[in-house]
Amino acid sequence: MTAINHREKTPLIRISKRENMSIAGMLAVRIGAFVLAIVLGGLIFACLGTNPIEAYMQMINGSLGKASGIRQVVKIAVPLLTVALALAPCFKMKYWNIGAEGQITIGAICCSYFALYWYDKLPSFVLLIVMAIAAILGGGIWALIPALFKSRYNTNETLFTLMMNYIAIGIAAWLCGGPWEGKPGSQIIPMFNEKAVLPKIGGVHIGWIFALIFVVVMFIYMNYTKQGYEIAVLGESENTARYAGMNVSRIVLRTVFISGALSGFAGYMVASGTDMTLFSNVANNVGFTAITVCWLSQLNPFVMVIISALIAILSRGSSVLQTQLSIPSTISSIITGIILLCLLGCEFFINYEVSFRKKGEN
Amino acid sequence: MNINIIGFIKAAILNGAPIMFGTSGEILTEKSGNMNLGVEGLMYMGGAFGLIAAFLYGNTMGSSANGFVCILIALVSSFVAGVLGALIFSFLTITLRANQNVTGLALTIFGTAVGQFACEYLRVQQGSYISVSTELKNAFINPVMPEFLQNIPFIGELLFQYNIFVYLGFVIVIAMHLFMNYSKKGLYLRSVGESPAVADAAGIDVEKYKYLATLIGGGISAIGGMVSIMTLSGCVWSKEGLAGTGWISVALVIFCLWKPLNSVWGSILFGGLLIAYIRLPLPFLPAQIYKIVPYIVTIIVLILVSIRQKRENQPPASLGIPYFREDR
Amino acid sequence: MENTVHAIEFRNISKHFGSVIANNHVNLYVDHGVVMAILGENGSGKTSLMNMVAGIYYPDEGEIFVEGEKVTIKTPKDAFNYGVGMIHQHFKLIEVFTAAQNIVLGLEDEKMDMKLIASKVKDIASKYGFDIDPNKKIYDMSVSEKQTVEIIKVLYRGVDILILDEPTAVLTPQETEKLFNVLRSMREQGKTVIIITHKLNEVMEISDVVAVMRKGEHIKTVRTKETNPDALTEMMVGHQVTLDIERKTPVDIKPRITVADLSVRDNEGNFKLKDVGFIAYGGEILGIAGIAGSGQKELLESIAGLRRVATGSIIYSPEGRSTSNLVGKTPLEIREAGVAMAFVPEDRLGMGLVGGMGMTDNMMLRTWRSNKGMFVDRKEPKELAEVILNDLEVKTPSVEYPVRKLSGGNVQKVLVGREIASNPSVLMSAYAVRGLDINTSYTIYNLLSDQKDKGVAVIFVGEDLDVLLQLCDRIMVLNEGRVAGIVDARVASKEEIGLLMTKNMEEGVH
Repeated sequence: MTAINHREKTPLIRISKRENMSIAGMLAVRIGAFVLAIVLGGLIFACLGTNPIEAYMQMINGSLGKASGIRQVVKIAVPLLTVALALAPCFKMKYWNIGAEGQITIGAICCSYFALYWYDKLPSFVLLIVMAIAAILGGGIWALIPALFKSRYNTNETLFTLMMNYIAIGIAAWLCGGPWEGKPGSQIIPMFNEKAVLPKIGGVHIGWIFALIFVVVMFIYMNYTKQGYEIAVLGESENTARYAGMNVSRIVLRTVFISGALSGFAGYMVASGTDMTLFSNVANNVGFTAITVCWLSQLNPFVMVIISALIAILSRGSSVLQTQLSIPSTISSIITGIILLCLLGCEFFINYEVSFRKKGEN
Repeated sequence: MNINIIGFIKAAILNGAPIMFGTSGEILTEKSGNMNLGVEGLMYMGGAFGLIAAFLYGNTMGSSANGFVCILIALVSSFVAGVLGALIFSFLTITLRANQNVTGLALTIFGTAVGQFACEYLRVQQGSYISVSTELKNAFINPVMPEFLQNIPFIGELLFQYNIFVYLGFVIVIAMHLFMNYSKKGLYLRSVGESPAVADAAGIDVEKYKYLATLIGGGISAIGGMVSIMTLSGCVWSKEGLAGTGWISVALVIFCLWKPLNSVWGSILFGGLLIAYIRLPLPFLPAQIYKIVPYIVTIIVLILVSIRQKRENQPPASLGIPYFREDR
Repeated sequence: MENTVHAIEFRNISKHFGSVIANNHVNLYVDHGVVMAILGENGSGKTSLMNMVAGIYYPDEGEIFVEGEKVTIKTPKDAFNYGVGMIHQHFKLIEVFTAAQNIVLGLEDEKMDMKLIASKVKDIASKYGFDIDPNKKIYDMSVSEKQTVEIIKVLYRGVDILILDEPTAVLTPQETEKLFNVLRSMREQGKTVIIITHKLNEVMEISDVVAVMRKGEHIKTVRTKETNPDALTEMMVGHQVTLDIERKTPVDIKPRITVADLSVRDNEGNFKLKDVGFIAYGGEILGIAGIAGSGQKELLESIAGLRRVATGSIIYSPEGRSTSNLVGKTPLEIREAGVAMAFVPEDRLGMGLVGGMGMTDNMMLRTWRSNKGMFVDRKEPKELAEVILNDLEVKTPSVEYPVRKLSGGNVQKVLVGREIASNPSVLMSAYAVRGLDINTSYTIYNLLSDQKDKGVAVIFVGEDLDVLLQLCDRIMVLNEGRVAGIVDARVASKEEIGLLMTKNMEEGVH
């Protein structure tokens, strides 16, 4: 490369930072990315020899076409939304809690104990409240373990919280096949007594009302409270938080506890409202999918409602596909993954400007 | 008792092999400053497409299928699957500068789903479990070293009775060690991971190094998924068999202090932990609880590493940070 | 004149970052074998212009000629191929590599024979009068050693045109003199040297010609011999300015902060401060000088309660009340103990402010806890933000606009404005004018002087010795975490302070 004489052209593509994109522009880019994801998903259907439009129509019909479908969608969306809300303050604080899966499981385990062994000692209303408190405390304390080490030794919380998932699921599996097993050898815990089951409103367990309340509460908490302000400052810079006289480790622990508690509550809603027993896979990847919901919504609770509904529709729709077109329902996770990847990528076009070399220029 | 211990060590090495691939691949990736949390997804993709390729080859060739060719096909397919998965990650994080943490998680969601979907779909299409013939299966799991080496008492048993992938893993790890510490390109790669701005100013093509390291690293990690399916799960798709291997591999990178050679004994240790509940059953410990021991040990390792922080043991300085030359 | 081949020529170069115009149709050339100074205020576009010939930025518009030939420089490597090398203000070195490894980084034709490389490095060093250990790791090096590595790195690539961006900002007067000797010997060997600076005395001392830039535009190129500092200042700022700081003699000073035997260790157990003792008086400005990393940051952070103190005491003596020891207190406890302390830290957006928040929310950093209840009160902070916006003429679209997107000078106005608004009795500032243009710098100096006149104890950590000598009443020199001496700023000389900054503290006597 010592040749000085050869002339080179100006670069074909140049990238520079962009400062202010209009809200309409941002929306357009994101919608464009979403459409791209749907098209890419359609390509998969086409590769499998299915008409993409037909497949999507089936998914929509299966999920929104009938009242029972809608009820299923709500059932799927409720834990997803709750856990996404739970993760929001953690992510705002730049604490990478990917342990929601485990926190859900522990919440479910804790409430199941009371559902299985206390149902005959307490009236239904009290029992449900005791179960909720157990789930909240269980999920919160479980989440606190990695947070304690994070604030004391700066231990990597991403991997710590993740490992905690496997431990929680292992404990649940042990309970299912061991101490809490119903029929010996069944590997299954008996169904909860109806006193320990969440009441229904509009055909779906009452959890959906809780979830909507959490949306508003979390929005206010994050934007208008002192604790929300502390989280926002800490998320931007730990040094600034200390400079402002904030007690960093207390904020971390408190926020993570709230997050774990809410995830634990989601576990309670699934166990008591949907499954009516404890499965070892009670979390069923909700903890991971909720991360994507949370991130895609850019931590905005109201947007989370839309995104979690969308993913629930995909998920419900794909189980219809499985029965009708024998396409494995995992397809919904693939499409979810594609949507997420596309939306992650599209942020680039919001933050940067791409210009091409003009014709005739060299 | 002696024989039992040797047997245990052997099993640990065999079960550690997938982790060795996963970890060493991720070390290569992280040395370029990219933190790819999608290893779990890559290993699923590698496992699924390695298995599917071997299955299709066996199906097509029937009885004339050759074991060695089958291994090669499975290797290449899993590697390519990993490279493609890593390409998604690289394009998003290097070219489009997306958040590495979230992109890695998205890749995990996507990759695990793709692996699972591909195998399920093929099973539905074929109407039966996808697997390969016994001869091909044996090609994957039989020892490859010459008989006389295997027959050396004690040493032969301990060192020379493994399948081809264990040795391939060793070769990759040693090659990576030599590359990073003694070659010019290795020095360049490390400089990119330490400070892309510096490497860039020195005229090193930062994007090229990041891409190459992440793609090859992703390919190597994905081979681990194939090794797990073909040698540990008996050439049958097993979601349970793979679950968590990728994450342990990522955690092990910290344990190895970003040094490839450490991944040898690190993976043996975790290989041992993963099968201890079968090989060393403890009467007072239920198997389900015993199975979570590796995860607890991983956590203990994470804590110990974070407590003892030394200058030489730090991650690449720019790990996880996107690079844009014109950033001011 | 028309036919002369210039070493570098810029024709009609423009470059913008978002809405900020860094360079606007610049035409400029540099001749062979000269030392040229590019003079301009912070933000006048001198660095971004040079970055375009060094391959860091790419121009939006215009042409660059090297040795009379039109060139396209996309990467630093292209620049090296054209014989152009740049030494950046923030060193581009890999901390965990050795000097030799850093020097050969990116050289495709070079074999990895570290012995041969080391001997070549030594040859270059002796040719120009440097001193270097090729096998030393960068993280073990002093600032001036790092700079030496940078310069040798460029020379190793055989460049003929050397660009140095603010090379003296981190050097002591003695080290600066050494560097200038090296630059002169380069000029004698036929190399072209471009030095980016905003310091007039350096321009006069080292350069043959000087190009003045202002607001992204090239104003004029003149021969150094034919100009003078006043004329240059006027070109640089655009109007006449008097560069004097009004320094009143302190009256009625009382001890406010008394530090005794203060020692602080870092995480690895090394002393960052050792047996530091001094008194800061209300009504005076105490300057703190020293090479970067001599413990300035640790000292201020210890007083602010942000750092764990190993031994020693920090006594606060308010007027008319009893004294209290600040050691062991958190920032919150310090404030709750009634200590009115303001602190303008070095890292403005990483410690003093939250970059992603607007002025209002940044005002809240000091007061968010003051109201009752669990909700934040944004009314008063918003009023304060508007007052500061008007009084200090902060240029921002609104008080809700993220401060990260403001220019450096406006960011600092927000920070200093907020700190002064808290009516402090102690005001600490670290590198308060770094990166600011002259007008804003003087706004800050005047704000600090006003505080002093009000009886506040001002502690001013600075790097420009000329400013320290003009602004402060006394100057304490830190050297490797110890007090090398405290001098009267009205009588001390730059050289005296420079010697204190570098004298060997292990052998030296206090």
